[in-house]
Amino acid sequence: MSVAVIPDQAQATPLLSVQGLTKHFPARNGRIVHAVEDVSFDVRRGSTVGLVGESGSGKTTAGRAILRLVEPTAGKALFDGVDLFSLSAREMRTYRQKLQIVFQDPFSSLNPRMRIAAIIGEALDARGFARGKRRADRVAELLALVGLSPDHASRYPHEFSGGQRQRIGIARALAVEPEFIVADEPVSALDVSVQAQVLNLLGELQKRLGLTLLFIAHDLSVVEYLCDEVVVMYLGRVMERGPRRLLYAAPRHPYTKALLATAPVPDPTRRRTRVALHGDIPSPIDPPSGCVFRTRCPEAIAACAGMIPPLDHVGGGHHVACIRHNDKTI
Amino acid sequence: MTGEIASDVILSVRDLRTWFQTRRLTAKAVDGVTFDLRRGATLAVVGESGSGKSVTSLSIMGLLSRPGRIAGGKILFRDRQEYIHDLAGFTQKEFRKIRGREIAMIFQEPMTSLNPLFTVGDQIGEMIALHEPVDRHAARKRALALLKQVEIPDAVSRLDDYPHQMSGGMRQRVMIAMALACNPLLLIADEPTTALDVTIQAQILDLLRRLQAELGMSILFITHNLGVVAEIAHDVVVMYGGRVVEQAPVNDLFSHQRHPYTRGLLACTPNAARDIDDDGERRALYSIPGSVPPITDLPLGCAFEPRCDLAIAPCRAAPPALVPAGPHGASRCIRSAEL
Repeated sequence: MSVAVIPDQAQATPLLSVQGLTKHFPARNGRIVHAVEDVSFDVRRGSTVGLVGESGSGKTTAGRAILRLVEPTAGKALFDGVDLFSLSAREMRTYRQKLQIVFQDPFSSLNPRMRIAAIIGEALDARGFARGKRRADRVAELLALVGLSPDHASRYPHEFSGGQRQRIGIARALAVEPEFIVADEPVSALDVSVQAQVLNLLGELQKRLGLTLLFIAHDLSVVEYLCDEVVVMYLGRVMERGPRRLLYAAPRHPYTKALLATAPVPDPTRRRTRVALHGDIPSPIDPPSGCVFRTRCPEAIAACAGMIPPLDHVGGGHHVACIRHNDKTI
Repeated sequence: MTGEIASDVILSVRDLRTWFQTRRLTAKAVDGVTFDLRRGATLAVVGESGSGKSVTSLSIMGLLSRPGRIAGGKILFRDRQEYIHDLAGFTQKEFRKIRGREIAMIFQEPMTSLNPLFTVGDQIGEMIALHEPVDRHAARKRALALLKQVEIPDAVSRLDDYPHQMSGGMRQRVMIAMALACNPLLLIADEPTTALDVTIQAQILDLLRRLQAELGMSILFITHNLGVVAEIAHDVVVMYGGRVVEQAPVNDLFSHQRHPYTRGLLACTPNAARDIDDDGERRALYSIPGSVPPITDLPLGCAFEPRCDLAIAPCRAAPPALVPAGPHGASRCIRSAEL
């Protein structure tokens, strides 16, 4: 299935609109892991949206479900107006050229027995648009695009550092000229001194190629730097989302506040008593009733157990899922 | 035993060299490292992969595995009786008397350090029984007290949990409880919060600070994260390529870096206030070119020279010495005065 999109309209509608995305995994004894629960957000064309949360928040599963690397349980993902979740496997294959992924671990995501030319070439073959000399030229072009040299093509992954491997992963994702890339913690396995290089590369490629990015990360300072909009997840649900500047300057959800307060900053004069967030993230098999954050929330009241807080719009595209967001005392 | 160390120093590492030698090559993982840890203070050793920070801590604990060995230098440690030992020459038998009782260690991934087949209560109890003549009942009571000390909620019921039933944060608390079992003078913490989420990391850092204030223990904290350093350290040692490149008290280090590597590390950590202008336009991040060199293939001169934007010809000639820089610090850079 395909839908013709009028260019003017394409500017107005987001490139990707995720609506009510839900992913359940079966667990033992017929129980269910609620990995992602009713997640909605939009990604404007050419922008970067950050999906942040701790481990177990469902951010990685959400990213993969959008690409149907895991099959979603419910919801929609409208890409250019087409619901990716309603496509047949065959139709989805053609869409995969438009939606690519860069993985976290540059050590396990490249086949150690293939040369770089074959790793990137394989992605080209999938599209079937370059053979022979043109294929080699395109590999060289992609390597240059990510700041590597064309003669790296004949080498194997183990000959490269972590940062270089991540560049190769990015080159592979770009091979099919995608419009949209899910970058799943692309710098968190890298040394600090190398992270900046890869972040700069992503920013630069986005500008040059007009890419749209969904950037999944746990590092709040990286997300603040790179993203235009931020979605904060906890235990499978969206707690808060909005434009970066609003969300960082004036977080409205107690969880976002705690996250921002506990992230260590490289400034010993700002060493502080933190917002104490006690305990651990509960099991997604048996999430708390009502607001899933209430068991760790310093502001929780009895009513929080009673209802799942709706994601309310609080102005300027800023949304908060907390029944107390209007309470001035918190 | 040997050597004199200042009265407020509990651990003095001097010109430590730890090499991994095979017939074909020698990897000088630690090559002439010197620092002092003050009593009751926290010294952070910061570095990226391959800097030699973890090998330094393993050398101090006598946990090197072959072909690693201490090729030179001293590790002077002051014990409870104020007696000074050189751990660099210790046999495994001698280490067993000191490990746990005088020096304890916690690691990045607590799951690999805990035995999955025994309950945490049993494992802490065993640790106590190893060092003190206590019966099963007394050991269990002490284990319970320790779990409470590290703020494990509902400690009585968690005593009979197996490690896999606990979260990463809880397991790290159990490791800390085991480390505290014999009230050590020195705690070596090797990336103890790296595998944890930020909210849990904050809890563990708070716990370590509180325990230090209560028990007066000294902490050697190994990490790659400068944010964590700013949160927990009193003094900082920055390592690169097996050597100390800069050392200073924590406030001095963050306010004025006297080595280009330290300066670069701080500059390339994203900081929206600095890196995004008022119109919301991103500036490119400062980045250190290239990557960390393999320890078997270090440049002849300064190890950082190939990546350094201040490098000049003399930097390539010979490794620079660690020279005093700033009021209480030192830098291994011939241009440190210009920084």
